[in-house]
Amino acid sequence: MASSRDDFVIAIRSAFLKKSYQQKFSLLTLIFLSLIVIVLGSFNFKPIQYIKIGVNEVVHRSSFIASIPENYFKDLNIKIEEHLDLYERFKKNEIELKKLKEEKLSNDFLILENKKLRELINETVQSEDVYAKVLVDKDSPYLKSIILNKGSKDNIKIGMAIVDRSYLVGKIIEVNYTNSRALLLSDLNSKIPVLLEPMDIHAVLSGTGKNYGAIEYTKDEYKKKLTSNEIIVYTSGYGGLFKPGLPIGKIITNNFNKDNQVNFFSDFRQLDYVKIVSYEIGSGN
Amino acid sequence: MSSLNKNTFIKSLLFYLPVFLLFLSVLNEIDFNYIKIEHFSFNFVHILIFYWTLKNPRYLSYGSIFLAGIVNDVVVGIPIGFSSFCYLLICTVTAYLRNITITPNFINDWISFLITILLVNSIQVVSLDIIFSIEINYMRYLINSGFTFILYPIFLFLFNILENKIAIQTND
Repeated sequence: MASSRDDFVIAIRSAFLKKSYQQKFSLLTLIFLSLIVIVLGSFNFKPIQYIKIGVNEVVHRSSFIASIPENYFKDLNIKIEEHLDLYERFKKNEIELKKLKEEKLSNDFLILENKKLRELINETVQSEDVYAKVLVDKDSPYLKSIILNKGSKDNIKIGMAIVDRSYLVGKIIEVNYTNSRALLLSDLNSKIPVLLEPMDIHAVLSGTGKNYGAIEYTKDEYKKKLTSNEIIVYTSGYGGLFKPGLPIGKIITNNFNKDNQVNFFSDFRQLDYVKIVSYEIGSGN
Repeated sequence: MSSLNKNTFIKSLLFYLPVFLLFLSVLNEIDFNYIKIEHFSFNFVHILIFYWTLKNPRYLSYGSIFLAGIVNDVVVGIPIGFSSFCYLLICTVTAYLRNITITPNFINDWISFLITILLVNSIQVVSLDIIFSIEINYMRYLINSGFTFILYPIFLFLFNILENKIAIQTND
């Protein structure tokens, strides 16, 4: 019994300390080093932060180059998929286009009316857009995030909204000198205040780690208020983080009881270029 | 003379191939997510590190594994040093297995691999969730570990071929 314990100790000691096979460092040294890096990094120790920023700059660019072959196959796969259901999409789009043309007329009127009303109360919404290229979009089990090629040198700040066409897709969570990281709405850690229209209900949209979001933190009675088959989810602007009225996705009431599923308007797998938006509401009063 | 140069070039290319694959996979996160099979994902880096540090650690140094971990943290966006720690835990298990194993056996290696990835992923998930307050989908991790375990024999077969090629070249 004692000898088997000795064997175990010897094997463990040898595994940790022996620098076999031309290894420059022992395992124990490197394990300690990584623990030190984790601890110092979590306390925002300055030299570690500088190293992290430096590594970020190099690694994000290298990752973009290393991802080129995989991205090629990814794009090819998407193109093949699109070709396969071309006819089905065409028919669907034709119906949607007719509907949109009708809606556009009333929307134009609403935009003009909204503009006039804002002028009446001396309120202006000023927003600045910066276009950015998506360098890396890794579907990682940890975080659903994208790396953009704009950083602090382009006045990018933490919390800015990321918009694909006119749809909200995420927000900036980390800024480096030439690049930044944006957390996608589908990430488990993403939670944003939203407005459910046409019922005018405030709620919180949470990521699920999958390709859809979920409605959280709202009263149970809101389900009774559901009158429409299709509910559009917009940013509510609460907390002052996002511009109010940015479209996010839609809830189809058939799916409503199942996880309150929000289907995003934007396909997060196909983000090539996005807009980084900052806004300010000015008031004349 | 030129054939000698060519030989040396191929030799060093093959010798550093595992390191190259390691850095390529952490930079690129090879997981075939784009083929859109529901829930399908696996951790290629865990397979790569387990195989090479168990079979022949001289092709994959601990220093490069540590650096690859740092790169992975930056790409994925988790606290820096975290993946290095997890990768080095795999190395610890393989070093221990090497010390206690007299005759290598595929089944033993495979089961050890399952225990190792479950241990490493558990430490990773629990630490990220509890210490760093990053919300994690536990089920997805479990499925990822499952696929990583299932795919190990395929990569073992491929890496065995590669290792034989490297051994032949370096013995020339």
